[in-house]
Amino acid sequence: MTNSDKPTEQTSQPVIKVRGLINRFGSVVVHDNLDLTLKRGEILGVVGGSGTGKSVLLRSIIGLKRPNGGTVEVLGTPLNTLGEAERSQIERRFGVLFQRGALFSSLNLQENVALPLIEHAKLPREDAEHLARVKLALVGLSPEAALQFPESLSGGMVKRAALARALALDPDILFLDEPTAGLDPIGAAAFDQLLVTLRDALGFSVFLVTHDLDTLYAACDRVAVLSQKHVLVVDTIDKVAETQDEWIQDYFHGPRGRAAQRAHNDY
Amino acid sequence: MPSEWIARRDESLTLQGEWTLANYRCIKAELRQQHISQATGAISLAAITRLDTAGAVLIVELIGVEKAHSVAKWATELPKVQQALLIRIAEAMQAPLIVDPPAYSRINQTLANIGQHMAGLWAQQRQLLAFIGLVIATLFHLALRPHRWRVTATVAHVQQSGLNAVPIVALLTFMVGAVVAFLGATVLQDFGATVYTIDLVAFSFLREFGVLLAAILLAGRTASAFTAQIGAMKSNEEIDALQAQGLDPIELLVLPRVMAMLISLPLLTFVGMLSGLAGGAMVASLSLDISLGQFIATLQKDVSVTHFLVGLSKAPVFAFVIAVIGCLEGFKVSGSAQSVGEHTTSSVVQSIFMVILIDAVAALFFMEMGW
Repeated sequence: MTNSDKPTEQTSQPVIKVRGLINRFGSVVVHDNLDLTLKRGEILGVVGGSGTGKSVLLRSIIGLKRPNGGTVEVLGTPLNTLGEAERSQIERRFGVLFQRGALFSSLNLQENVALPLIEHAKLPREDAEHLARVKLALVGLSPEAALQFPESLSGGMVKRAALARALALDPDILFLDEPTAGLDPIGAAAFDQLLVTLRDALGFSVFLVTHDLDTLYAACDRVAVLSQKHVLVVDTIDKVAETQDEWIQDYFHGPRGRAAQRAHNDY
Repeated sequence: MPSEWIARRDESLTLQGEWTLANYRCIKAELRQQHISQATGAISLAAITRLDTAGAVLIVELIGVEKAHSVAKWATELPKVQQALLIRIAEAMQAPLIVDPPAYSRINQTLANIGQHMAGLWAQQRQLLAFIGLVIATLFHLALRPHRWRVTATVAHVQQSGLNAVPIVALLTFMVGAVVAFLGATVLQDFGATVYTIDLVAFSFLREFGVLLAAILLAGRTASAFTAQIGAMKSNEEIDALQAQGLDPIELLVLPRVMAMLISLPLLTFVGMLSGLAGGAMVASLSLDISLGQFIATLQKDVSVTHFLVGLSKAPVFAFVIAVIGCLEGFKVSGSAQSVGEHTTSSVVQSIFMVILIDAVAALFFMEMGW
């Protein structure tokens, strides 16, 4: 949402505030007293080893999983106190890109993107599809692709289309779950570029779960490391990389980490 | 009345207020009302308080792509972020957004549809025959290699599709048996021949209803399950994974299901016959004053074992057809959720159709043979 003259108290206020979050599956504790803040307009990368609960954290924030404890505040309102209708209002300001795209397989791309515009923004079909085509063009998909069904698309095109759908309602917060996983390096780099450009143009905040070191260097303003059931450190990537922790050292200074860092420094 | 979004003085326009998705329809109506399609004169964007992509699309349409591209030159008072947004949208809208699908006349389209359906039907029958051949070939190939029989999988499928279906098959045939007995009693009463109700129930259940009802139930219950199971594996690329590892999906997935059906359906048919007869016997003893002893005695006297064998001989054929159609439709599933639904429906419809068709042909055959 690009807004030049929002009230100042809103500008300074974090869009997501997670405090003391606890998540359990049976006896397995995934999150224990986890705190995290997403500032307005930033791209926050969330990293961590497999099974550290990155996706669970994302699902707790967008309300697909009810946390076992703690609070999630979105745009200043705690989510767990809201009724059905108010919650739906908040959720409309989210755009979510799921790990495998999760495009509706019975609709073509244009209809996929137009669906929230018709259902939530109450646009007539013609207008909604027109806007949908612009959004698809915005993420770099051709008008021919707009009429295709998800099953006939490559992985990269699915990711782009899913991004277009996530952007359909001009969300305040964009949640991306491993957007570059399964893309070739060129496609992944183009996606990082696209994300930054769109963020600059549209001014949304991004919660980005990823494994991709290049994405962290190319796109993220801050990086949060999930480890030992909470957020170990959250800061700019250079500072995070300096943190004395075994996993972080392995991650950022392993062969791939060094390559990504070198590429970034050259760039 | 001054507009909330557009102020017009001669040729120059001033855009103001919130140009957002929420106002998209109103702004569009406003533009139409004021007959503004292209802004020719000077235009000012300074008074816009909010702008999102929907609003930006309207502005780009209004001022044209060229002018939107150079927004930084003529609208310096606009915040940088909004300039960037307009430029991005202009870039996206530079190329034509619509490709026209090729147009055909209605007659051509109808003819094409009919042709496509006929060709589809033909292809489907060929595919079914080919698949049956493949399954039988694999069956013979494995018959001599007992170490490759998938006993555990087969037993699991017997439990799911056979054992678990016993209660519903028994209940259904019991009720149909009772209904047939009532019907017989009503019709035969006029001739004073109510005692032949026993023959009616016995003949119909041993020859036809026992196997037919069991087969139709399994077609609805098991063929759909097979299609959905294999279809989900197909869309998850599990079938491809099997093939890539040099494993034969027919051997691993289809044969256990076919074998399970070949075992289950004859047994269920037997259950169906017995409980159909039980239903008939109940009605006979409760409303026709024919005791259970008399019922059984008449059965033994009047009904030869041929009828039982005729009925039972159809069970393996039905079982094979149902299992093969269920599995084949599963393999035809392509990625989407809709496709799973379509093929599940198709497998139930096809297998019930085939069961009834084969039953009709068999009835003719057995009649000509005098069995």
